[in-house]
Amino acid sequence: MRIRNVGRHGEGVELMMTPMVDIVFQLLIFFLMTFKITSAEGDFNVKMPLAAPSQGKPDELQLPPLKVRLTADPGGRIAGIFLGQAPMKDFRQLREQIVGIVGDDTGPGSITDTQEVELDCDYNLDFKHVIDAITAVSGQITPDGEVVKLIEKIKFAPPRGS
Amino acid sequence: MRLAVKQPTGSAEIDMTPMIDMTFQLIIFFMLLINFSEADQSERIHLPSSELAKPADAPLESPITLQLTTVGTVLLGGEEVPLAGFKPLLHREKQFLQLKADKKHQAQAVANATIVIRADAKAKTGLVQELIKVCQDTGFEKFVLRAKQEEGDLKR
Repeated sequence: MRIRNVGRHGEGVELMMTPMVDIVFQLLIFFLMTFKITSAEGDFNVKMPLAAPSQGKPDELQLPPLKVRLTADPGGRIAGIFLGQAPMKDFRQLREQIVGIVGDDTGPGSITDTQEVELDCDYNLDFKHVIDAITAVSGQITPDGEVVKLIEKIKFAPPRGS
Repeated sequence: MRLAVKQPTGSAEIDMTPMIDMTFQLIIFFMLLINFSEADQSERIHLPSSELAKPADAPLESPITLQLTTVGTVLLGGEEVPLAGFKPLLHREKQFLQLKADKKHQAQAVANATIVIRADAKAKTGLVQELIKVCQDTGFEKFVLRAKQEEGDLKR
């Protein structure tokens, strides 16, 4: 029997790469142009209940809030830090005081859980100092890199006049 | 005269495979890192930094991002308004939340929504407090203050 050789030798199927490469480059340029490097952001919870009085009995376990007063110079820089009436040298000292108050008391019903901090700030104080104060009272990072929580219930005192 | 017969020359082919491989890898890299929430992160706002500012483990419930500039204007979505004229904008957000929720849970939807405050490091604290007050008057109760993550210890 004779077999006819139908196929032609040396002829492969050629893919049209040009449109695909065009689209791929357009996509690449789009992503390159819209790419923006942003640093990671985190949140601090602020407890600001509505001004209306709440129903029911007040919680007897609730301790009176620790008052942190931040004063500003005319330029908005921090001028003074007070925990209650006691002046603090800097935010590190404020944190040390808070660590001293909290101690090893952790878990449900502990100081960490029930204590509140009330921030009373001058109107023109730069906001970054408020974040520094919140950082000082809400936790610290151990040398191992672990976050130890201190007081996370934070609220603002009524705003002072401008 | 006798002319030499020229041999047919084969066309020079460039191997495209490594280039396409690399290009696809770049596209995948940018696709994974692209951030579509730029409307919520204005470049004008320079956030204060904190060593304790860690990205949240769980997404916030109905977040509304308010950005406060140093000059006392508020950015919400693509709009910029002075703090004094900001209430109608917030009221619109409240109505939108109520429309999204069931009839029974409309009040709860507003109370459960989280107001994310991205205030500039140089913004006045009094303005931040005024902003919180406007939100409270509109019915919002949950607030978070946003800071950028930074290594290092506390500054004075």
